[in-house]
Amino acid sequence: MKWLVELRNVTRKYGDITALDDVSLEIRKGEIFTLVGPNGSGKTTMLRIMAALDKPTKGEVYFGSVRVNDSNRGDIRVKSTMVFQKTTLFNATVYKNVAYGLKLRGYSKGEIEGAVREVLEVVKLQGYEKRLAKELSGGEQQRVSLARALVLNTELLLLDEPTANLDPKNVSIIEEVISWVNRERKTTIAMATHNLFQAENLTKRAALIIGGRIAQTGTSQEIFRVPSSHLASFARLENVFSGTSTLLEEGTSLIELENGLTVEAAIRRKGKVTLFVRPEDIILSEKPIISSARNTFRGKVREISDLGNTVKLKVDAGKEFAVHITKRSFNEMQLSIGSEVFLAFKATSVCVV
Amino acid sequence: MTLEINSEIIQITLRSLYISGVATLLSVSWSLPIGVIIGLKNFPGKHLIKGFFNALLGIPTVALGLFIYLLISSSGPFGFLNLWLTPSAMIIGQAILITPIMVSFTTSAVESIDPKIKDLARTLGASETQVSLAVLRESVNGVFLAVTASFNRAIAELGVAYMMGMNLRGRTRVLTTYIGLEYERANWGSVIAAAIILLSIVFAVSLSMNLIQRRRA
Repeated sequence: MKWLVELRNVTRKYGDITALDDVSLEIRKGEIFTLVGPNGSGKTTMLRIMAALDKPTKGEVYFGSVRVNDSNRGDIRVKSTMVFQKTTLFNATVYKNVAYGLKLRGYSKGEIEGAVREVLEVVKLQGYEKRLAKELSGGEQQRVSLARALVLNTELLLLDEPTANLDPKNVSIIEEVISWVNRERKTTIAMATHNLFQAENLTKRAALIIGGRIAQTGTSQEIFRVPSSHLASFARLENVFSGTSTLLEEGTSLIELENGLTVEAAIRRKGKVTLFVRPEDIILSEKPIISSARNTFRGKVREISDLGNTVKLKVDAGKEFAVHITKRSFNEMQLSIGSEVFLAFKATSVCVV
Repeated sequence: MTLEINSEIIQITLRSLYISGVATLLSVSWSLPIGVIIGLKNFPGKHLIKGFFNALLGIPTVALGLFIYLLISSSGPFGFLNLWLTPSAMIIGQAILITPIMVSFTTSAVESIDPKIKDLARTLGASETQVSLAVLRESVNGVFLAVTASFNRAIAELGVAYMMGMNLRGRTRVLTTYIGLEYERANWGSVIAAAIILLSIVFAVSLSMNLIQRRRA
């Protein structure tokens, strides 16, 4: 069998509120699957149902070939585990937190000690055993939660916004751990996230959830490279502009943005459009660029945010553009707020919705 | 004036510790499950029951003593048990007296725990019993406080001890009834010695519970 979890026509209502509306979805064995969607779209409810913590009002859930029901819900919980968005910790040491699930499963003291030590190394918290979990920093606490789930080596790992509100260092540790556990242990992972870059970098397949329904399912490429109107409707996509498109003789389109800026796009479309340029696709230079890129603009750096290995800049070029560059480029160019820069991107980098 | 610590005071102190200690254990045996159930479960009438126990927190000890006397005196329904004027009657009386404290404190301790702890325990593989144990473990500081407050209330109260035991020398005399008696007789040395012992017990119990809590973490 290719899939590990299957939701068939699942509806979940809380009183009058429909959290999930006739959702069907399969999570394949060994994959990292992302649920992307705005707050309150039903991502958490979906994960809770997969974790057997919640049950559908209507519809069926299968784990492996077994249909989940009241009598086997406890067994399913042993095979899967969920890390919550809001870090929840027992009021105890890091060791006791991580060891809890293993104790329930009846492992010996020696086995537990070995497993806890190993998993704390994975999340880079070696030596933290005796510390009180609740006294750690937010990022460290979330890593304890992750370690506590990983140590159980369950078939299915459910992660609800595992890196929400964390600093870049903790985000990158957690992302590395997620890739590692999927690659090395072949653990199937379903993850809810707001972070489109994370979803795209970590996963092969994703579903877009909007208003309790699945708006789109597909490979990350399909969903994120060619953003649909669904994605643009909620995602905090950067560099989203609207304008009026006219056709050029070359077979491309010229899109006039509201304040006189024009962008050339390698598509043929007329009339009102929304366009989108990925911040990584924009080239930044100190001098005007002579290149094949059809779009070049002059602007000034307005904002600089450090994202760890990369730096995000906001550049005012008549419209505000977000640009991602590596830290090394940033240092070499000696940029600061107010620096004058040139932006360039190809007509093929312009996505039109 | 000299403080008098004689063999009688030591015997009375030990009897006080025994009676109030057993009363606390007895009360824990029923109050803890009641408190945990009220704290964990939702059922119709829950607020009424909570209100009932809260109202009983300040029950006058003499009123409770009188009520139990009516039940266990020779003409009462439980008169055949011959409990009046025995340490057993004092134990039962104090156990009932501290039940509202144990139940109310335990209930609020359990209710104050983040409800997500239950889901956390479940997703880590806990059965429903193990989930309740996890919540209880989280609320253990509150439960410690409940036990400490209950024991201190029991050992420091006078009404129930007096009405159940009548301060019989060598049989039912405890620190509080002894202090009352020696005060009437104006034996200041004995009164002050006994009062200091009583205060020391109360402080020692509170301090050691505090220490245990810190050690646990």
